[in-house]
Amino acid sequence: MSDRLMVAVPRGALFEGTLDLLERLELDVAEVRANDRKLLFEGPGIVTMRPSDVPTYVEHGSADIGITGKDVLLEQSDRKVYELLDLGYGECRMVVAARNGGDPIADALRRLGRVRIATKYPRVAAEHFARTGRQAEIVEVKGSVELAPLTGLVDGIVDLTATGRTLEENDLRVLEDIGVCTARLIANPVSHKLKAAAIDRLVERIRR
Amino acid sequence: MTHPIPPGTRDVLPDEMAELRALTGRMRDAFTAAGYGEVHTPALEYEDVLRRGDASAAGARYRTFDEQGDVLALRSDMTIPIARVVATRYADAEPPLRFSYFAHAWRAADRGVGEPREFMQGGIELIGAAGAEGDAEVVALTVAALEAAGLRRHRIGIGDASLYRRLLAAHDVPEDRHAPVLAALARRDLVGLELEVDGLGLGDEARAALASLPELRGGPEVLERAEALAPEPVAGLRALHGLLADRGVADRVIFDLGLVRELGYYTGAVFELYDPAVGFTLGGGGRYDELIGRFGRSLPACGVALDVQRVHQAQAAEEALT
Repeated sequence: MSDRLMVAVPRGALFEGTLDLLERLELDVAEVRANDRKLLFEGPGIVTMRPSDVPTYVEHGSADIGITGKDVLLEQSDRKVYELLDLGYGECRMVVAARNGGDPIADALRRLGRVRIATKYPRVAAEHFARTGRQAEIVEVKGSVELAPLTGLVDGIVDLTATGRTLEENDLRVLEDIGVCTARLIANPVSHKLKAAAIDRLVERIRR
Repeated sequence: MTHPIPPGTRDVLPDEMAELRALTGRMRDAFTAAGYGEVHTPALEYEDVLRRGDASAAGARYRTFDEQGDVLALRSDMTIPIARVVATRYADAEPPLRFSYFAHAWRAADRGVGEPREFMQGGIELIGAAGAEGDAEVVALTVAALEAAGLRRHRIGIGDASLYRRLLAAHDVPEDRHAPVLAALARRDLVGLELEVDGLGLGDEARAALASLPELRGGPEVLERAEALAPEPVAGLRALHGLLADRGVADRVIFDLGLVRELGYYTGAVFELYDPAVGFTLGGGGRYDELIGRFGRSLPACGVALDVQRVHQAQAAEEALT
C-alpha cells in the first residue's frame, strides 16, 4: 500500500503560509506557487481548493490530510475528520461587529426582542447568540458581510477579521470576541490508521 | 415530474441488486459455515425495549405510535434486538450462541447531504464467549467474510472502550470532568483534547500520557508503549494479538488505543474496519458484556456490523485494480 499522502491545501488567506509550511517539510511546491489555475499537483501530492472545501475532500478520503482554518471546522463541526494540530499561523478573530454609534444589537434586542445578524458562519453565529441567551435571526450571505448592516439588512454581523481594517473602512466596530481561529491540520479517519506512519512522521516534523 | 423519496434513502435497481445479492451471499456463506445462523427481527420495536439496551436506544430516531398509544421505533442496529432475542427466546440455551444477520437499520441523517438514513448491515454476534478468545473468533471471521466479499487490502482497527476511562480514573480525574475529555477524544479533536487535558491540572507525566494515547496506533509495538499507561486493558489486547496470530490474521490488525465507538454499550475490545479504497469505516463493533444482562440473562458477548453498501464500494474498487 502506498504510504504517500495527498494533501488538501487551501487557497486564499492561508495559501502562502501553508506552502511555506510544506516547503519546510521538503515538499516541492514551486509549481503550486507558480500556477494559480491548476488544481491537482501529482508530483508533490497536493490538491488546492477553497478552504471551506478542505473538510469535504478530507472526510471522503480524496485527500489524506488537509489544512484549513478553525473557523471552517467550527462551522462544519459535523464533518468526520480528525483535528491533529494547531498550526499557529493565519490567526484571525471571530467577532460580532455593528455600525459605529450606539449599540444597534442591544437596541434591537431591547425593543424588538431579537437581533438580525448577517454572516458566512450561520452555525457559529447561531450558537454564540444561543449560548449568550439572546434571540437572533441569522441571515446567511455569501459575499462581503460588511455590506449587510450598512444597508439596514441586519443589526450586526458575525465575521472573521485579521486586522480589523475592512470593518473600520466600512464604519463598523467590534463589539464582542467569539474566539481566535488559526490554521489546523486535519486528517481522514481511515488514512489516520492506514497511513499512520506517514502521518505521524509529518506531525512530528511540524512540531519540531 | 418528481416524486421524491426521503433524503438518505434510495431505490436499488436490478444491476446493483444482483451485485449486492452476490456479495451478501458470499458473506452469508462465510458466516453460516462458521456456525453463525442467520436471524431476522422486526424493523419496528417498542422504544422502551430498545432503551433497556441503551439509554439513547442506540440512536434510534424514527418513532411512531401504535393503536394502543405505545411508542414504536425503527431499530438503529441489530445488536439490541439480538440481545432481546437471546434473553427471551434462548433463555435456557447452552452458550455459546452464534448469530448472523443481513438487515436494514435506520439512523438520522443529521446533515441530509447523502448520509444514509436507511442502510443495510451485515454482521455477527457471538454470545456467551468471554474475553480475548471470543474477540479473536469475531475478528477472524470478520476478516474472512470481507475476503469472501472480494476485498484484499482491508484492515481492522482494535482498541479498548474502557482504556481511556481507566486512565482518567488512574490519574484521579473526578468522574464529572470525564465527559468533555471523552467527547474531544470521540471526535479525535486532538487540539481540543490537549486543551481539555491541560485544564485538568495534572502533572507533566499524566498530561503527556492522556494527550498522547490517541496517537498510539500501529502493530503490536504500540502495546509495548502503552503497557505502563494502562496495564490491564493492554494485557487483554496483547492476549488478543496472540490469538489472532494463531488464526493467521494478526497482520490485518492495527492497534488503535484512541479508538472509541459512538455507542455506549461497549465494555472491552472495540473494532473498526477499513479499506484503502473507501474514506469511511466499513463498519465496527466490539465487546458488550453488560447489554444482554439488561434483558435478564447475563452473558458476555461480542459482535461486528458491516455497512454492506460501503463493502460493495470497496469490492468494486478492488475489482477495478485487478
